[in-house]
Amino acid sequence: MDEPGGRRRFLKSVGALGAASMPAAAVAQHGGHTPARGEKYMFLAPAEVAFLDAAAARLIPADELGPGAKEAGVSYFIDQQLFGGFGVMAKMYRQGPHAEGTPQQGYQSPLTPQEVYRTAIAEINAGCAKQYGRSFDKLAAAQQDEVLRALDEGKFPLDGVPARFFFNMLLDNTIEGFFADPIYGGNRNKVGWKLVGFPGVAAVYTHLVEKHGVPYDALPVSIADILEGKAALDEHGHPKHVLLVRKD
Amino acid sequence: MASKLKPVDVVVVGVGLSGSILAKELAEAGLQVVGLERGRWRDTDPDFAMPYAHDELRYVKRHELMQDLSRETITFRNNLNETALPMRNLGSFRPGEGVGGAAVHWGGLTWRFLPWDFETRSRTLARYGKEHWPAECTSQDWGVTYDELEPHFDRFEHLYGISGKAGNLKGKIIPGGNPYEGPRSREYPNPPLKTAYAGALFKEAADKLGYKPFPTPSAALSQPYTNEYGATINGCVYCGYCQFFGCEMGAKASPQTAVLPNLMKQSRFELRTHANVVKVNLDSAKKRAVSVTYIDSRGREFEQPADLVLLTSYVFNNVRLMLLSGIGKPYDAVANTGVVGRNYAYQTPSSVTLFFEDKVFNQFMAAGGLGMTIDDFNGDNFDHTGLGFIGGGFFQAATSGSRPIEVRPVPRGTPRWGGEWKRAVAKYFNRSFGIAIQGACQSYRGNYLDLDPTYRDAYGLPLLRMTFDRRENEHKMSTYITNKAAEIAKAIGPSKMNVTPRTEKYTIVPYQSTHNTGGAAMGADPATSAVNKYLQSWDVPNVFVVGASAFPQNGGYNPTGTVGALTFQALAAIRTRYLKRPGPLA
Repeated sequence: MDEPGGRRRFLKSVGALGAASMPAAAVAQHGGHTPARGEKYMFLAPAEVAFLDAAAARLIPADELGPGAKEAGVSYFIDQQLFGGFGVMAKMYRQGPHAEGTPQQGYQSPLTPQEVYRTAIAEINAGCAKQYGRSFDKLAAAQQDEVLRALDEGKFPLDGVPARFFFNMLLDNTIEGFFADPIYGGNRNKVGWKLVGFPGVAAVYTHLVEKHGVPYDALPVSIADILEGKAALDEHGHPKHVLLVRKD
Repeated sequence: MASKLKPVDVVVVGVGLSGSILAKELAEAGLQVVGLERGRWRDTDPDFAMPYAHDELRYVKRHELMQDLSRETITFRNNLNETALPMRNLGSFRPGEGVGGAAVHWGGLTWRFLPWDFETRSRTLARYGKEHWPAECTSQDWGVTYDELEPHFDRFEHLYGISGKAGNLKGKIIPGGNPYEGPRSREYPNPPLKTAYAGALFKEAADKLGYKPFPTPSAALSQPYTNEYGATINGCVYCGYCQFFGCEMGAKASPQTAVLPNLMKQSRFELRTHANVVKVNLDSAKKRAVSVTYIDSRGREFEQPADLVLLTSYVFNNVRLMLLSGIGKPYDAVANTGVVGRNYAYQTPSSVTLFFEDKVFNQFMAAGGLGMTIDDFNGDNFDHTGLGFIGGGFFQAATSGSRPIEVRPVPRGTPRWGGEWKRAVAKYFNRSFGIAIQGACQSYRGNYLDLDPTYRDAYGLPLLRMTFDRRENEHKMSTYITNKAAEIAKAIGPSKMNVTPRTEKYTIVPYQSTHNTGGAAMGADPATSAVNKYLQSWDVPNVFVVGASAFPQNGGYNPTGTVGALTFQALAAIRTRYLKRPGPLA
């Protein structure tokens, strides 16, 4: 961003993230389709993973822009979240009595997120079997969209939890898993950050904040990158970003 | 059975923004001070160290620095006809927990409330007459004026090293600052932060429309600064992980960076963490506090006798401790009598989001309180004749940190998920910014805090119950001022905009603002206020209740600057008058 006019042809950076600058398009392609390494599920059963993989692929699909939520490892992210504090409402108030309340009163289910996922996925698969003759993950994409839309609109009949309550949790966790630091198991290869142009762990931006309108195409840096020694750091521990070569 | 501890002069309940300052000053004045903090010790190093400091999931979505609701929450209902239910997850607001309180994760916008804010009722009646006053509105004068508070605002801003530009120096209007602010005795201690692209475009459009844009005053410091306590706060590096985060640079003013280095060296001060105060014990006449009872991390109960009790925790706990302890008469919303819990208010935030096809904003290069503001539609800075509401709010083109889990705006009409959503997020994440509008919220009969009849905390004590909804005044105000902001947005020339006034029923679910106010309102009349103008309980004069709990209603600003001023207002009264002659000050 030192060049006037804002088009950087090349940038320097002190050997971070495998050193060489890569064309932006190549990075985007490089993104998604790496197999999951060492991802051992702690909570979800295989049928539940199949459901989440299928749902994630419709909520944030892979397309010409790059990988989607399934490729980003969102199912594994959700598994890890459910197994941890979030899944058991560690910082949430759980005492009864429980009542449904008004929409304005928020989360009132006696079920933990662990139980919400388990209950809802089983019910949705049973509902799909009844309506389409197979489980959600085996449906055609258009049918999956239909089911997700019905959940979103609260029209898919669920007994254990309100449909929209589950859908909102699923969508929220999917977006989290797509954009959270890869240290949590999602956003694999930082595909979510690359999609939107978010640099992740911040560098020092003091000299950049007044470069108005100048794109900042940095190869994103994650906490995991830093812990693994893949990013050069300044004295306060901020990474030195590697800027990508722009084709235009 | 509680173990009775050795008496001290002062016990401070809650070591956050107010508590840390009062503890430091009173210890230095020669008093033995104990600070009781229910959370843990937290400091820049190691708690906010890189690289973990830049973790959106942990801090924004899993609430690392915020209150653990499994132990204590509030219950909520919109009105008296509903049954309140517990807030099981943090949503609408995010109170802090631990040393430093919410002033660790605050956004850093540091305002002085307008002179009008402190005299809302009398000035409205004088200018517009009784018929202009909203139905059931209990907003009132604070019993203190801006001019009385000015030295305290000044002291707090210089303690925290606020970055900004004066607009009114001793009555003289200074170009580039806020011409609507009350007169200030001197310039801000540090120059404003840099100007991001969003702010530059906003400024240009606002200038063109004849408004008076100025840089938002911020506690993210524009340069390193050493304050009167000898603490050095660093310069901000615009990393964009500010609000909801601790600052790895020590560049955001907070108890940790501005006060604790000095406080922790005071030989007459002792900090006890994981000390959860459950009651202020009164004498048999209920006129004097004799001690506080707290429970430690092992479940042991202690009684700490003290001559002076300062309640300096968050709004909710200040009010709850008064109710649990029998300090002051609880408010009865049906009879409209009593004072404790009365005048709970909040904020009426709204926004305009601008989308562009050809401009990028890098809104992730950011700081808390980085932005350009206009105050032309705040308070009574504009003529309300015929508008049917009172109050307003400031507008800010904010560059406070765009991180994609929470901040990924898409044009209205975009689906919530699927390919179209993904394309919109990819396109607009870096091609959009928002004008945030910090609308005020008046107080009303029927909006209040009391003890819940059903739900209990981890110690078996009743939770605080919130009964709250915004009223027609807030909805009209929000619609009017948000449309004004939309005119500025339009002048900037986005391809699309989302104009989102706040007009629906209040919901506790999506995040709106951690600006809860009132419940222990200050005032000149003990029939309508819980504390006097010195933040002293009318009923139990050796108890002071300091914080935004004292706001009789909320202004169109972030509250922290005014909380800082009230802290010094209470301190001055305690030091110069109360300690010489303990007893009622008003």
